[in-house]
Amino acid sequence: MIPARFDYRRAGSTDEAVGLLTEHGDDAKLLAGGHSLLPLMKLRLAAPAVLIDIGRLSDLSYIREEGDAVVVGALTRHRDIEVSDVLGRHVPLLAHVAGQIGDPQVRHRGTIGGSLAHGDPASDLPAACLALGASITAVGPTGSRTIAADDFFTGFLETALRPDEVLTEVTLPKATGAGWSFQKFNRRAQDWAIVGVAAVRNGTAGVALVNMGSTPLRARAVEEALASGAGDAEAADHAADGLEPPEDLNASAEYRRHLARVLVRRALQEARPST
Amino acid sequence: MTTVEASAGGGPVLGTRLRRREDGALLTGESRFVADLAVPGALHLALVRSPHALARIVDVDVSGALAMPGVVAAFSGADLRDEWAGPLPCGWPVTAEMKQPAHLPLAVERACYVGDAVAVVVATSEYAAHDAADAVTVTYEPLPAVVDLEQALTDEVVVHPELGTNVAYTWELAPDDAAVDAAFASAAHVVDARYVQQRLIPAAMEPRGVLVVPEPFGGSFTVYSATQIPHILRVMLALTAGVPETDLRVVAPAVGGGFGSKLNVYAEEVLALALARRLRRPVRWIEERTENAQATIQGRGQIQHVELAADAEGKVTAVRVRLTADMGAYLQLVTPGIPLLGAFLYSGVYDVPAYSFRCTSVFTTATPTDAYRGAGRPEATYAIERAMDTLARRVGVAPEEIRRRNFIGPDAFPYTSVAGLVYDSGNYAGALDRCLALAGYDALRAEQQRRRAAGGTRQLGIGISSYFEMCGLAPSRVLASLNYTAGGWEAASVRILPTGKVEVVTGTSPHGQGHETSWAMIVADRLGISPDDVDVIHSDTARAPYGLDTYGSRSLAVGGTAVAMATDRVVDKARRLAAHQLEVAEEDLELAGGVFAVRGSPDRTMALAAVAFEAFTAHDLPDGMEPNLEASCHFDPPNFTFPFGTHLAVVELDTDTGKVSLVAYHAVDDCGVQVNPMIVEGQVHGGVVQGAAQALWEEAAYDTEGNLLSATLMDYLVPSAAEVPSITTASTVTPSPTNVLGVKGVGEAGTIGAAPAVINAVVDALSPFGIEDIAMPASPQRVWRAIEDARRRGTHPTSTAATDDTTTQATSTKET
Repeated sequence: MIPARFDYRRAGSTDEAVGLLTEHGDDAKLLAGGHSLLPLMKLRLAAPAVLIDIGRLSDLSYIREEGDAVVVGALTRHRDIEVSDVLGRHVPLLAHVAGQIGDPQVRHRGTIGGSLAHGDPASDLPAACLALGASITAVGPTGSRTIAADDFFTGFLETALRPDEVLTEVTLPKATGAGWSFQKFNRRAQDWAIVGVAAVRNGTAGVALVNMGSTPLRARAVEEALASGAGDAEAADHAADGLEPPEDLNASAEYRRHLARVLVRRALQEARPST
Repeated sequence: MTTVEASAGGGPVLGTRLRRREDGALLTGESRFVADLAVPGALHLALVRSPHALARIVDVDVSGALAMPGVVAAFSGADLRDEWAGPLPCGWPVTAEMKQPAHLPLAVERACYVGDAVAVVVATSEYAAHDAADAVTVTYEPLPAVVDLEQALTDEVVVHPELGTNVAYTWELAPDDAAVDAAFASAAHVVDARYVQQRLIPAAMEPRGVLVVPEPFGGSFTVYSATQIPHILRVMLALTAGVPETDLRVVAPAVGGGFGSKLNVYAEEVLALALARRLRRPVRWIEERTENAQATIQGRGQIQHVELAADAEGKVTAVRVRLTADMGAYLQLVTPGIPLLGAFLYSGVYDVPAYSFRCTSVFTTATPTDAYRGAGRPEATYAIERAMDTLARRVGVAPEEIRRRNFIGPDAFPYTSVAGLVYDSGNYAGALDRCLALAGYDALRAEQQRRRAAGGTRQLGIGISSYFEMCGLAPSRVLASLNYTAGGWEAASVRILPTGKVEVVTGTSPHGQGHETSWAMIVADRLGISPDDVDVIHSDTARAPYGLDTYGSRSLAVGGTAVAMATDRVVDKARRLAAHQLEVAEEDLELAGGVFAVRGSPDRTMALAAVAFEAFTAHDLPDGMEPNLEASCHFDPPNFTFPFGTHLAVVELDTDTGKVSLVAYHAVDDCGVQVNPMIVEGQVHGGVVQGAAQALWEEAAYDTEGNLLSATLMDYLVPSAAEVPSITTASTVTPSPTNVLGVKGVGEAGTIGAAPAVINAVVDALSPFGIEDIAMPASPQRVWRAIEDARRRGTHPTSTAATDDTTTQATSTKET
């Protein structure tokens, strides 16, 4: 529980954070809520030479309607997402998922930008963003760019972010009135999902999986089956097609595949539009 | 009932829900734990621990650490070999032939589990110490590990070659094997079961810690340790470090839980003392959470082979137990004795005529085991209560009925068991009836039937356990017969100061139990004064020199009794003095509300405080009376106490995923007379959750290489409030005749009752699949696997299969 030595820099603006990242490159890690990074450092599984604290960039904490979308600043805490009226009305899946993360202390510190940038396949918000068709804005030395959630998660704890980029915003298409479901299967409320499923049904279906591979991922086979007219149960049977889920104390790969099928079925049924 | 503030004076105190005086400081962060004690100039220790389960230590190079900033010293085990006057102690050599490996605070030649300390770094800060520990280079020659108990028995890998075998000892309690064999030969029903008690990590909220401060003059030391046993620790530190006992003061400051894990003498405590002696500086060590998982003792770790013989009606005629117990890599303070604490209890609350118990205890390359909440008794209770449920199925009666047919009757006490114990008092059927009523048992069974008939994926399971335990450790003569190297008494002193305030000195060492509150209540009740006027002194060998500390639900039944008896002796002396000064006979004096009054002349009185002041001035004492009102008691209990109860768990089991949710829990406990029912309920709540945790969540899981896979609280699943339903508690009160208070003890009851109740509920939910057992913890994957296997075997009920199809069809219908 004693981290290795590191230098600490506090960024006063996004530009300053980008500048510090440019200066320190791979030696640096951004610190937002710190609820993924600091435990890794205390276990000495991560030992960044420099921490760049962006926790005080309060201008990156917001939730706003912008036309057909809701935009959420990267520093927005899980708790703010959980209780947001705007999200509750237009993207209720995201608000619900945020309320299922960790425990109250984690939810009051952790940020959506941190959760996405960490790219943990076991985290809940990445899957929700995939199911919702979100896009992610990043700012680097040459300006900002937008990355589709589908293109964002590139490997285990790896994302499309460049070493000198700061994730600043998440854009979520409004899904007002859509059916949705989040099935989080774990042994204790505070734990990461053993398997999780986020589903949105809004004419088409977006289905994403938590902890079923090396990245947060979409259940493409399920979505395709539904698109070609399969029933919920039949589509759910494809939940683990082609996937290589991890193995750990809680679950073998076989059990995870089974859970994915059961949970996708439940998610599709719960998310079925009431019409 | 409502919670009450301390009463202003007089009035009944015993049995009230007085708020704990400890809690204000704990809740506001004012309590001082070892890590909070600021000592200028203190040095910090960091241990270098073996990453191998078994390895020869080829070389330890500390030069890299010594070159780091802030490092004062660094040592290998070989460097410190001459510091030790004796090995780390094992106080319970259960047999004369028991094999005991050498166990030094730092390993010298071999590291025998992952976490075994091989070197130590001393630095000016905790950060410097941990950084430097990473710079120590240890060369190991890794050897094959052995973590599986049955594999250890083969001696293919021997943990300690000098012992020649992994078997530490065999021990038996088999009064009449011929009678047992005869019972099995003529049995109408037999249960033959194998249960695995997985290893558990005690996971006290406060990890361990120790701070040793050399006194500036005179060569003595004050040792602050997060320990349950300051008195025993003082003796053992003297013996292991070779410091005269008179030069050691041991203090247990605020201690954040122990559950048995701090009932030990640890390498780090001895190391800190030796290094403070060597460096002449204060030395502190604070345990990290992963060290707590690896290097603090673990609990359980047994394989139980349990057989019941019964007649056609299900009356048990014999119990036979063959136990294999995991000692881990070394024998800690009471490691070998844990199976013995359960050995007497496998016949449970039942009238069993024939009994045989044999235990083989083996070394493995894993963290040493030792006492963990219940210590042998939860294991025994689990075995008999699980086996009784299986017997009920064999006989074809309900679980409550099989118990009723076998209970020791309420008129049979004192009851001499087949294992040789004399149970003090009990009413087992009474507790069962009360629990079934509390739970609304008939309605629960009806709901279970409704769900089974309807099919569906959320099935109910209902589980009962009727437990008893043996607490109040312990009559010293009994301990002698079990080769335990200490006694089981407890000490107390009570003095009424000149101002009328009362000081109580106790040999118990609370670490969450609320002794300050409870002991003050006992004394206040007997003196007729307010508990606020009673101060309780404990956990400091300089202020409370005699004691045997806190473990095994002993503190109230032994220590509290000593407090009560010392109080009575003070009252006797005060009465003699009051009688002298009031010029009446002692028999004519009544003590009420803190005042002696002459019977029949209520205006002739003398307050206790006035008597105390007269005893202090000593101006007018009866001839031969010594000054001051003070008395001591060293109480050695004549027998154990035997609390009991029935617990009932209700689980909901998702047959699609295997997930078990604990949805209701009802506990009826009889711990004899209750001093403070609120503290009793707190103990039951915590105990039940800890027992349920073994059933559903917790496991110290090792891989075959001997690596602990659950070494963080992310992987070791201590349940939170979110996983546990509101627990319904009730009690019956059957006073113990063993002590003047009529108390029995309740610290471990919840843990003992809970694991079998919960697993009986899980198996009850799975019984339509033909499943008779499930291993602990009953994780979702394990339950799912059991259901899958049953479906493959074809033992699943057609109704459930049909329901699955129906669900699918319904879904399809709705879909199309």
